[in-house]
Amino acid sequence: MDGVIISRLLTGMTLAFHIIFATIGVALPFMFMIAEGLGLYKKDPAYLAMAKRWAKGFTITVAVGVVTGTIIGLQLSLLWPSFMRIGGQVIALPLFMETFAFFFEAIFLSIYLYTWDRFKNRWLHWLLNIPIIIGSTMSALFITSVNSFMNTPEGFDMVNGQLVNIEPVAAMLNSSFFVRAFHVVTTGGMTIAFMLASIAAVKLLRNKFSSDRAYHKKGLKVTLLTGLIFSLFAMLAGHASAQFLHNEQPEKLAAMEWHFDTESRADLVLFGVLDEEKQEVKGAIKIPGMLSFLADDRFDTEVKGLNEIPEDERPPLIIHYFFDLMVFFGVFSFAISVLYFMLKKFKKDWTHQPFMLYMIALTGPMSMLAIEFGWFLAEMGRQPWLLRGYMKVAEGATHADGVSLTLIAFGLLYAVLGFSCIYVLIRIFKDKPAVIDIENNRDNVGGEA
Amino acid sequence: MDYQHIGIAVLWTFLYGYIIVGAIDFGAGFFMLFAKITKQDHIINELVSRYLNPVWEVTNVFLVFFFVGIVGFFPDTAYYFGSTLLIPASVALILLSIRGAFYAFETYGKDTKFAWVFLYGMTGLLIPASFSTVLSISEGGFIEETKEGVILNWFELLMSPYAWAVVFLSIVSVLFISSGFLTYYAHKAQDTNAYELMRRWFLIWAGPMIIICQFVFLSLRQHNPEHFHEATAHYWWLFGLSILFFIGAVALILMRRYHGVAFLMIMIQFALAFFGYGISKLPYILYPYIDLNHAVVNDSMALALVIVFIAGLLLLVPSLLLLLRLFIFDADYVSGKRR
Repeated sequence: MDGVIISRLLTGMTLAFHIIFATIGVALPFMFMIAEGLGLYKKDPAYLAMAKRWAKGFTITVAVGVVTGTIIGLQLSLLWPSFMRIGGQVIALPLFMETFAFFFEAIFLSIYLYTWDRFKNRWLHWLLNIPIIIGSTMSALFITSVNSFMNTPEGFDMVNGQLVNIEPVAAMLNSSFFVRAFHVVTTGGMTIAFMLASIAAVKLLRNKFSSDRAYHKKGLKVTLLTGLIFSLFAMLAGHASAQFLHNEQPEKLAAMEWHFDTESRADLVLFGVLDEEKQEVKGAIKIPGMLSFLADDRFDTEVKGLNEIPEDERPPLIIHYFFDLMVFFGVFSFAISVLYFMLKKFKKDWTHQPFMLYMIALTGPMSMLAIEFGWFLAEMGRQPWLLRGYMKVAEGATHADGVSLTLIAFGLLYAVLGFSCIYVLIRIFKDKPAVIDIENNRDNVGGEA
Repeated sequence: MDYQHIGIAVLWTFLYGYIIVGAIDFGAGFFMLFAKITKQDHIINELVSRYLNPVWEVTNVFLVFFFVGIVGFFPDTAYYFGSTLLIPASVALILLSIRGAFYAFETYGKDTKFAWVFLYGMTGLLIPASFSTVLSISEGGFIEETKEGVILNWFELLMSPYAWAVVFLSIVSVLFISSGFLTYYAHKAQDTNAYELMRRWFLIWAGPMIIICQFVFLSLRQHNPEHFHEATAHYWWLFGLSILFFIGAVALILMRRYHGVAFLMIMIQFALAFFGYGISKLPYILYPYIDLNHAVVNDSMALALVIVFIAGLLLLVPSLLLLLRLFIFDADYVSGKRR
C-alpha cells in the first residue's frame, strides 16, 4: 500500500477511536452538572450518587480521551507535514485556543474530582462544573473550526502555492463553522444522554441489585429527557447542515444522496444499492421532492447533480450508506425517547417492560455509531480534497518510511486501550450497588454553608 | 521584541514547564515501580499518588501546548520535524498513551495489577529518552533533504555519542528532579520514612547528574562546534550559575534544611541550563534548515497568537495557582488529613 492510503487509514483510525472519548468528554460533564444540581435542589442523595458515579467512570474515559487527543494532535504533523506547513499559517489560532480551553478544563476537572467533600456549601462544588463545561465546549468548538476550515477554506489568498493576506479570525469563523459546531455540540449531548440511559436500562434488565431499581429508574427519566431535548436540536442542526451543503458543498450532498443529474423536485433516496456504471439505484425508498425540500425548504428547488462535478473531484459514493445509517440511528433514539415519555403518561406500567428496556439499551450504542458514521460521511465526503479547492490529500501526506509499522502499532494500542477501558469500567461498578453510594451521600444534600 | 522571539520565548518556557512537571511525574512512576519491586511501596505509594492524582492530566497539557504552539508560530517545524520524527514520536506517543491510560486504570479502577504498575514505571524512563531524540535532531547532522522530502538518517543517530549523551541526560534528570521534589513533598507531609527513602535516592542521583552534563557538553563540541562555541564563549556564566545552584540544592538536602528552597534551586539550575542551551542555539530551531527569523508564521497570525496567549495566561495562571493551593500547598491535603 502506498503512504497516502496508510496515512489516511491511520488518521481515520485514530480519529474514529478518539471521537468516542472526545464525545464523552464534551458532554458527560454537562450530565453530572444536571445530576448534581438535581441532587442539591431536591435534596435527594440518589442524584448526588448518580453524579459521583458518572464522574468516577468519567475519570477512566477522560484518561483515554487525553492520550488519544495528544496522539491526534501530534499525528497531524507526523502524517501530514506538507499540509501543516501550509495550513499552519492559518489554522494555528483555533488549534492554539483549543489547547487553552483544554488546559482550563483539565485544571478544573482535577479540582472537581478531588474536592467532593471540601466545600461546606456544596453549591460551590457544583459551580466548578461551569468552567469545566465552558472548557470542554470551547475546545470542541475550536477543533470543529479547524475541521470546518478544511471543508470551507476562507480568510486567505493563494499566490504561487503560498497562503497570503491571512485573516485569522475570518478563517476561524468560516462559513461552515457555525452549522458544524451546532451539530457537534447537540449530537454530543444527545449521544451521552442516551449512553447513560442505555446503562440504566441494562442495569434494570440485569436486575442484580433489586434495591437499585428506583435509582436506575430515576436515571432513565433524567437521561431520556435530556436525550430527547438534545436530539430535537440535533435534528434541527442536521437540517441546517443539509441546507448548508446545498449552498456551499453541493458535491458532498449529491454524493450523499446519489443525486446524479441536476434537477428540481429531487428525490431523497433511502438505502438501496447502486450500479455505479449505469448510475442506477436499486431497491431504494425514494421520497419525491424531499431532497429539494431538505436543501432549501421548497419542493421545487433545483439541486446540483454529481455529473456537473469534474470526475476527479467527486467524493466516494459509499458515503450514502453512512448518511442513511446516521439519520436512521439518530431518529431511532429520538423516537424511543418520545415513546418512553408517552408510555409514562398513558401506559405507566409499560414503561419498564423488558421490550422497552431493550430498545432503550440500543439507543446509546446507536447514537455513538451515528456520531462515527456522521464523521465518516463528513470526512470522506470532502475527498479528494485535504484543503477543499486548494490541496489534494495526496499532496499533503508524509514520505517517511515506516508508516505501515506505525499503523500496526497504533492499531494494537487502540485495541489494548479500548479493551482495558471497558474491562476497568465494568469492574468498577459490577459489585457496587448504588444504594451504598446513596447512603454515603445522605448527609451531603444540604445546601447550607 | 519581534514575533519570532516572543514566540520562541513562550514555547521554550512551556517546554521548560513540561520538563519540570513531566520529570516529577515520570520519575515518580519509576520510583513507585522500584519501590514495589524492592518491597518498599508501602512507604511512598500514598505520598506519590496524593501528589499525582490531581495533576497528571495537567502535566500532559504542557506538552500539547508546546507542540501545538511550535507548529503555530513556526509552521516549517511541522514539515521538517513531522517528516523525520514519524518513528521516534510515534514510539513516544504510544508510551505516553500506555502510561496515561494505565495510570488512570490503576488509580481509579478497582483492581491493582503489577503489570500496570510496571508499564507505568518503565514508560516513565523511556518517554524522556524518546523525546530527547528531538533535541538531538535539532542540532542538525541527522537529517537530509531529498527530492522526495526530508528523511532521518537512523544510522548516524544511533551511532552518535551526542545523541546518547542526551538520552542519558534526560533519564538522569528525570530521576534527579523527581526525587528532589518528592523529598520536599515528603518533608512537608512529615512522612519520615518516605522522606528518608527519597532523600537517599536524590543523593544517589546527584553524582550521575553532574557527570552526564559534562558528557553532553563534550560531545556537543564534536557534533556541532558552532553551537558549542556560542555556548561557551557567550553564555558560560549561565551554565556556571547552574552548577552553583546544583551544589546549593544538594548541600541543603545533605544538611536536611530548607527543602522548599532546595527544590527551588533545582528548578533554577535547570532553568539556567535549559535557557542557556536554547539561547546559544539561536537563530536555529533545526540546524541549518529552520532559521527562526525566516520560519515564523505570517504577521497577522503571529499577532493573533500573541493576543490569545496573553488572554490565555490571564485565565490559566489564576486557575493553576488555585490548583496548587488546593493540592500542593495545602498542608492538610499534603499530609493526608484531607482527601
